[in-house]
Amino acid sequence: MANDDISLTVEPGEIHALLGENGAGKSTLMNVLYGLLQPDEGEILVDDKPVQIRGPRDAIAAGIGMVHQHFMLVPVFTVAENVMLGAEQTTGGPIGFLDRRRARKLVREVSDRYRLAVDPDRTVEDLPVGVQQRVEIVKALTREVDLLILDEPTAVLTPQETEDLLEIMRTLKAAGKSIVFITHKLKEVKAIADRITVIRRGRTVGTAPPDTSEEELASLMVGRSVLLRVDKGASEAGAAVLDVAGFAVNDDRGHRAVDGVDLTVRAGEVLGIAGVQGNGQTELIEAIMGLRPVVAGTATLDGRPMHGLSTREILRAGVGYVPEDRSVDGLVKDFTVAENLVLDIYNTEPYGTRWVVRPEAIAESARARIEQFDVRTDASGQATVGTLSGGNQQKVIVAREFSRPLKLFIAAQPTRGVDVGSIEFIHRQIVHERGEGTAVLLVSSELDEVLALADRVAVMYRGRVIAVVSPDTPREEIGLLMAGVTTDDPATARTGSEDD
Amino acid sequence: MTEQTTASAEDLAAAGADQLPPPRTFAGRFLASMWTANTVTVTVLAVLLALVIGGILIAISDEAVRATFSYFFSRPSDFFTLSWDKVSDAYAQLFKGSIVDPATVQAAVNGTGPWERVFFPISETLTYAAPLALTGLAFAVAFRGGLFNIGVQGQAIMGAVGAAIAGFLLPLPVGIHLVVALVFGAAFGGMYGFVPGFLKARTGAHEVITTIMLNYVALFFLGWLIVQKGIQDPERSDAISKPVDDSAQLTHLLGFLGPSLRVNLGIVVAILVVAAIAWLLRRSTFGFELRAVGLNPEASRTAGIGVGSTYVMVMTVAGALAGLGGATIVLGTAVSLTGAVIGGVGFDGLLVGLLGRAKPWGVFFAALLFGALSAGGNRMQSFSGISLELVGVIQALIVIFVAAPALVKTVFRLRPAKVSGLGTGMSKGW
Repeated sequence: MANDDISLTVEPGEIHALLGENGAGKSTLMNVLYGLLQPDEGEILVDDKPVQIRGPRDAIAAGIGMVHQHFMLVPVFTVAENVMLGAEQTTGGPIGFLDRRRARKLVREVSDRYRLAVDPDRTVEDLPVGVQQRVEIVKALTREVDLLILDEPTAVLTPQETEDLLEIMRTLKAAGKSIVFITHKLKEVKAIADRITVIRRGRTVGTAPPDTSEEELASLMVGRSVLLRVDKGASEAGAAVLDVAGFAVNDDRGHRAVDGVDLTVRAGEVLGIAGVQGNGQTELIEAIMGLRPVVAGTATLDGRPMHGLSTREILRAGVGYVPEDRSVDGLVKDFTVAENLVLDIYNTEPYGTRWVVRPEAIAESARARIEQFDVRTDASGQATVGTLSGGNQQKVIVAREFSRPLKLFIAAQPTRGVDVGSIEFIHRQIVHERGEGTAVLLVSSELDEVLALADRVAVMYRGRVIAVVSPDTPREEIGLLMAGVTTDDPATARTGSEDD
Repeated sequence: MTEQTTASAEDLAAAGADQLPPPRTFAGRFLASMWTANTVTVTVLAVLLALVIGGILIAISDEAVRATFSYFFSRPSDFFTLSWDKVSDAYAQLFKGSIVDPATVQAAVNGTGPWERVFFPISETLTYAAPLALTGLAFAVAFRGGLFNIGVQGQAIMGAVGAAIAGFLLPLPVGIHLVVALVFGAAFGGMYGFVPGFLKARTGAHEVITTIMLNYVALFFLGWLIVQKGIQDPERSDAISKPVDDSAQLTHLLGFLGPSLRVNLGIVVAILVVAAIAWLLRRSTFGFELRAVGLNPEASRTAGIGVGSTYVMVMTVAGALAGLGGATIVLGTAVSLTGAVIGGVGFDGLLVGLLGRAKPWGVFFAALLFGALSAGGNRMQSFSGISLELVGVIQALIVIFVAAPALVKTVFRLRPAKVSGLGTGMSKGW
């Protein structure tokens, strides 16, 4: 049960924040409102009248619109075509020519009225993410909705784009629209919300005014007080472990994704890579791990070149790796927890040899590691990994990688979609590993996570490291760097390499 | 199989707690689990459903039955009696032809008939089942490794060629000759499986395309080969190869009871290989890699498993299994290569592999079922005058119902079992 006895009231012209950890049931609740899921009990009232919402069509008819976390846009269509999709207007009677002109006019009108700055003739795939999101908003507004649900709208935005979005939300509010703003980011909630409803484990745990402190909101969210900052001592950085020079890597479509990156990660330090998703971080890391061909440049591990090494050789040389997408790259979901815990060492003693694997030895070590890493599953490790929650799946990966002696630990989005309790645990593990003298390379699109863990922060923008700064640098400045705006102050910023 | 049954019984007890009181006795729980949509139940019901539809087809394809249609509304009983007679006779013959004919047992006990007749049906069933189990495994192993091996037929043809060539060209002593011929069969099939595996690993060529095309290459290569000098039987003018030496033939297990009992060492080979593959998947390093790559190639690659080399190995092993299947035919029953020496045993292997849900022992039982249908179908044809093609229709229907478990669940209103994985397994290859 994802939702259990939840009540929520949204007033006209109100921005109502729905706050909760991942998996608390926020999205489930909103999917019920939008008709994607049916409630087992309870009712929905619009303007004090009960309504039945059996699907998105009913929801739109009742004046409820939704902008999903993952955009529902056809990339090769223009903005106008996307907006008219599902509500096509035709001319020419029974023959039915699409009335593109009317759709364009409608987009322009809505865009002007709410200052959204969306051009109806641009192809969606050419637009930046922030603009694509505005297309989704336009889509909802052209359906004449009064209540707009925004599901984690800022997850994919730069700090500047987030600012723009908050401004748009204020404009919409001024025009009398109500907004439900789903998020787990406390700062944004405090910046914009009129009222805050906190959800935990499928129940409403309280409604708070926006002047509630962040600490209070966080403890409401988690149900206990949480360390928002990670306790860590000063780093005792040693010799360079990973040295990347002049790296160039292509993405899946053959476009240059990493374009001349130089990086050094030293023993006992955490180098955090900040940046909006899709600026080459994924490709950079995959190339280091030998999962993607390197077009130009070199990487050395402890001074030995990594060029030509297979992924297995790199892992066996003492590199731990938490991939960005755990369900695709991290785990074999239909394997048991025990099997996943040895996915990279199943053919080494004591788990197996070149020829045979030893299920008993694998199960035995699984028991120990499930306990050590507090994985919430059947203690024998014989449950299928796919049945675990996101946080526990991630702990399985972390447990696997930390159970070998490491020189270098690479973590991409290690806490994405993970509950707060597991985030704390994973962060402590990373800090502990740093204390053991491991070099840590951390990639995260959550700036807070980078700032909390990193000893140095490299900002990536369009395939380059445009600056390496201290984590004490003001957020606004890092935010500007993430948007590609470099300062000329040599003390805090250093431009990336230019050899392409 | 028993494991699955008990597992779903427990699940039912857990899942159905809010709807029904859980059955208390073991028998009650067992029956309840039989009525949930677990693998075994769905398979059994799929067979049943296919037999029912087959029965309808038998009835309406009979002229006498069709004649009753003209006066159906005045005397419907004629239609029902005739249909019932026809269908029950047909299925009785199917049983007598595949398992045992009670009349022959009685005769043998009374001393009026030979024991050979008693064992004939089961001998035929096992004879058909042996190569099917091997070709079924050839599909199943590739399927578990995430590959759709449509090339079982071609690999089996190459296996038959390899085994036959070793069988009549190499002058070797008894015992060794048979082993060498089997190894040749596996090696030829394995090499023929290696090709699509290698192409997939190196160039990304989809194995479905390459294996289908290689089936044609193998078929026409066989057609060419058997009319070449040194291969073709010099005493024959038609396209047939020399017979395999006696020393390379699979021993007939029940030969002492009579010459018509064809069941041979092939079934022993099949059982040993099924057991070996079951072990390989479960306990070997290669099996671990195969299963990991089959379930999630991306995660396997990220964990350092060589996905390409695993594909090559998987296809080589699959090809060797298919080749062994072809070898058991040419060394056990056919003796000489002809253009259609292996019949459709490779393509039937795909069905057996699917019906057995790509699990080694499941494949073995599926092969027994298909072998029984083939053996019984022969008798049904000669005693009831029902064409052998109808058996093919029933086999196809069984696989369709197994591949569409939702259909069976709806027809029989089964309760959903938590351990299902039914629908997903079949479509995973694509």
